[in-house]
Amino acid sequence: MTPLLQVKGVTKRYGARLGCGDVSFDLWPGEVMGIVGESGSGKSTLLSCLAGHLSPDAGEVIFDTRAEGPRDVLTMSEPARRMLGRTDWAFVHQNPRDGLRMGVSAGANVGERLMAVGARHYGQIREQAVDWLGRVEIAADRVDDRPRAFSGGMQQRLQIARNLVTGPRLVFMDEPTGGLDVSVQARLLDLLRGLVREMGLSAIIVTHDLAVVRLLADRLMVMKGGHVVETGLTDQVLDDPQHGYTQLLVSSVLQV
Amino acid sequence: MIELSDVSKSFVLHNQGDAVIPVMAGAALSVAPGECVALVGNSGAGKSTLMRMIYGNYLAGGGAIRVGDVDVARAEPREILRMRREVLGYVSQFLRVVPRVPTLDVVAEPVLAAGGSHAEAEARARDLLARLNVPERLWTLSPTTFSGGEQQRVNIARGFAHLFPAMLLDEPTASLDATNRAVVLALIAEAKARGAAIVGIFHDAEARAQVCDREVDVSGFAPAQAA
Repeated sequence: MTPLLQVKGVTKRYGARLGCGDVSFDLWPGEVMGIVGESGSGKSTLLSCLAGHLSPDAGEVIFDTRAEGPRDVLTMSEPARRMLGRTDWAFVHQNPRDGLRMGVSAGANVGERLMAVGARHYGQIREQAVDWLGRVEIAADRVDDRPRAFSGGMQQRLQIARNLVTGPRLVFMDEPTGGLDVSVQARLLDLLRGLVREMGLSAIIVTHDLAVVRLLADRLMVMKGGHVVETGLTDQVLDDPQHGYTQLLVSSVLQV
Repeated sequence: MIELSDVSKSFVLHNQGDAVIPVMAGAALSVAPGECVALVGNSGAGKSTLMRMIYGNYLAGGGAIRVGDVDVARAEPREILRMRREVLGYVSQFLRVVPRVPTLDVVAEPVLAAGGSHAEAEARARDLLARLNVPERLWTLSPTTFSGGEQQRVNIARGFAHLFPAMLLDEPTASLDATNRAVVLALIAEAKARGAAIVGIFHDAEARAQVCDREVDVSGFAPAQAA
């Protein structure tokens, strides 16, 4: 078995400031990795570099493509990378407005991604869109409403449906439950976990919420000042943190 | 099945003056298939620490911890994850679940994770919940709102759902009434009979006498005090 994603020495600088420095890891099929750290620790920069939204100054991001096996996505042609972004990759933004088209209906938001990979039969596209809205618990009678008319939690679930409808193998998530109230968060976590298991997805989740990673992630990477300070099994890093910063992070969580 | 040799552990508190607290040295343990070994010792002697090192959520400082073909002290995260799915079960003292997931799914999950079919997982979950006297009307509800005793029984059902060849039990009979305590002891006896190697912590001396073949006093693994 080969890793789905191999990240080697990814470094991104903003002028003299370091975004993220020399980050390396392997992600295996079916694995969920959490990246935690305070704001400004470089976790979102790293995610953007991996997903091809930013180009790093150094390093390799090797993805095991279906057709050609492992390839460095940073040296791929732009059309090839875009195709990957529409098929095997998905990106769930913290703010659903960044990942949805607010001016078109919920059904069209989901159908658009299907059309981007060649679906043309209107009836089938609509049928699949309704099926996916059901999976993320959006009622079928809301399929023609625009996302503007949805609550924040519904918008986030719609964004997830739009991203997963093409059956991606790797999902990048940037604070997927940020800005949602706790009951909606719980629903979303339950949904994500079910989808990860049923579809065999791999995922990289950036968050500052340690409770979210404990429930969702198999492995954890802790970042500070652009560097990875600790990695390991999620419960090992949270229950027996080795680095001073992780100890501080874990002990700072308020108990409820 | 479970083999520990020369296991040591210290905690380093980086934010409290880099205090180094050695908690264990030279720990050794060997558990054969079909055997149940109780960890004993005073509170704070390191029973839970040792158990967590076997499960891999505490990092061993040194030594070897073999569970089946995996050395937990050195294995990659994904090897430990595979071991936890297939080889080593853990019944903790508290249930930790995703909110909103129905009890039946909570109990069935380990069977699915180990590669079992939906039908098999559900049948196993129904059987265990019924044996542990969890009322059927609760099965479709999330256990997060259940009473302490009910949660503990759901936790035990979940722990025994997959037929693990090795198991860790942390106070499995705590907060249970006599009827359910007997059910749990029967489950442990069945697991032993099918060849599972078990390490447990039991404060309940009677339960310990009933299912455990040996006792290992963890205070023997205390590190030598520096003069």
